[in-house]
Amino acid sequence: MGIGVTWRISVAPMTSEVTTGFTVNGRAVRLDLDPRESLLDVLRERLGLTGSKKGCDHGQCGACTVHVDGRRVVSCLLPAVQVNGGSVTTIEGVTGPGDELHPLQQAFVDHDALQCGYCTPGQVMSGLACIAEGHAGDDDEIREYMSGNLCRCGAYTGILAAVREAAGRREG
Amino acid sequence: MRSFSYAAPATLDEAVRALAEAGPGAKVLAGGTTLYDLMKLDIETPPAVVDVRALRELAGIDTAGQEELSFGAGALMADVAADPVLRRDYPALAESLAKAASQQLRNMATVGGNLLQRTRCAYFRGGPAFPCNKRQPGSGCAAIGGLDRGHALLGGSDACIATYPGDWAVALIAFDAVLDVAGPRGERTLALADLHVEPGDTPAREHTLDWDEIVTRIRVPVTAAGRGSTYHKVRDRESYAFALASAAVAVTLDGGGAVEECRIAVGGVATRPWRCHDAERELAGAVLDRRSARRAGEAAFAGARPGTHNAFRVELGIRTVAEALRIAGERAVP
Repeated sequence: MGIGVTWRISVAPMTSEVTTGFTVNGRAVRLDLDPRESLLDVLRERLGLTGSKKGCDHGQCGACTVHVDGRRVVSCLLPAVQVNGGSVTTIEGVTGPGDELHPLQQAFVDHDALQCGYCTPGQVMSGLACIAEGHAGDDDEIREYMSGNLCRCGAYTGILAAVREAAGRREG
Repeated sequence: MRSFSYAAPATLDEAVRALAEAGPGAKVLAGGTTLYDLMKLDIETPPAVVDVRALRELAGIDTAGQEELSFGAGALMADVAADPVLRRDYPALAESLAKAASQQLRNMATVGGNLLQRTRCAYFRGGPAFPCNKRQPGSGCAAIGGLDRGHALLGGSDACIATYPGDWAVALIAFDAVLDVAGPRGERTLALADLHVEPGDTPAREHTLDWDEIVTRIRVPVTAAGRGSTYHKVRDRESYAFALASAAVAVTLDGGGAVEECRIAVGGVATRPWRCHDAERELAGAVLDRRSARRAGEAAFAGARPGTHNAFRVELGIRTVAEALRIAGERAVP
């Protein structure tokens, strides 16, 4: 093997484990991971953080959206070993110290921005990033930059209103 | 997903060495949005994966050069799409990225990996239930005579009509981009136009890179036509969808509105990024108006071979080229 390269030789049916460290909602975690494991599966199955949802598991629906190093990603398409050294924020990490809702979460409630709620954690994580990126300038821009989050209940009108309100804008 | 051995080298040199040592079949993992997705479907089953996502030496973006723009292969699609110089001076390049995927995926996918995004043909992705010469050479093609609404009109063969799905490479090919690649035999440069290949009799072979080579950089020659450019993408829905037809167009016009320089490529309609030299010749020296734009669109699709459910995309493609020329012409500074 090459100098400085560490190979993890697979042993069927499981590959060997890759020690991976990162923070989740400010808490440091260190895990021995199979390189096949997605960040989404690690969050849900190993860390008990079931707020991030598995919709399609192929990066198409956005229900698994979390922030890694401050940027929104779909955690189902991210091998967890790639997050080594990084910082992850999930829906569980956006509420206040007393578990009070984040203003964007409250806006979702106020605008009926959900029916079944399955897509909502991803919508909120994407909405927070949409605002932070500066992509909530007008309704068309919000629609464009929220298009990676599907809502099969069709609550898009409420979602748009909630993101608009949290971005501090009036209708238009 | 099949198990695989995994390495995350700290430098490009180490990555090249690790890939060579892993042997044929090993894959380079960057953003993962294509490779990891297809591994979940057991379409890609690499025995070894070399992870280059964290290599900062691949991440640079330089749009300040006098002769060329330079994008490290590991730069993220979202970051290149947001580059202010690119948005102002080469809107076709910036738009091709901004109109691809979702912001989440653009935050993951790299501009090098995106070039080699694999087809979205449902029969290819669907696995062994369907014959597919690309996935299983010699098994046949379920798309020919099947549900071919999204399949290629240009560049197909009797073995495969899978559409190349990307946008960025379509815009890049219009601007004569080149690639730098690194491998165990050193570095080399090739034109993007020489990267992708038509399926012919060997649809499993999609590009000319050797298995042990890694794309390191994309370079685009500076051209005044960049300002008068657009990437026009027509989709089933307005955002976050693959192209039914798209056109990357760049023009410069003289004081009388006649076309000086003209670059046209089409996407979503061909088996590879598709440069339209015939359409460019059609427009050279002509005054850019509705009629000449239409003629260019017709020239771009003169060789189209529609199948069962996709004939509507010939006319759609012609109009997409014409509309792109209108937009680009308005942006062009005479």
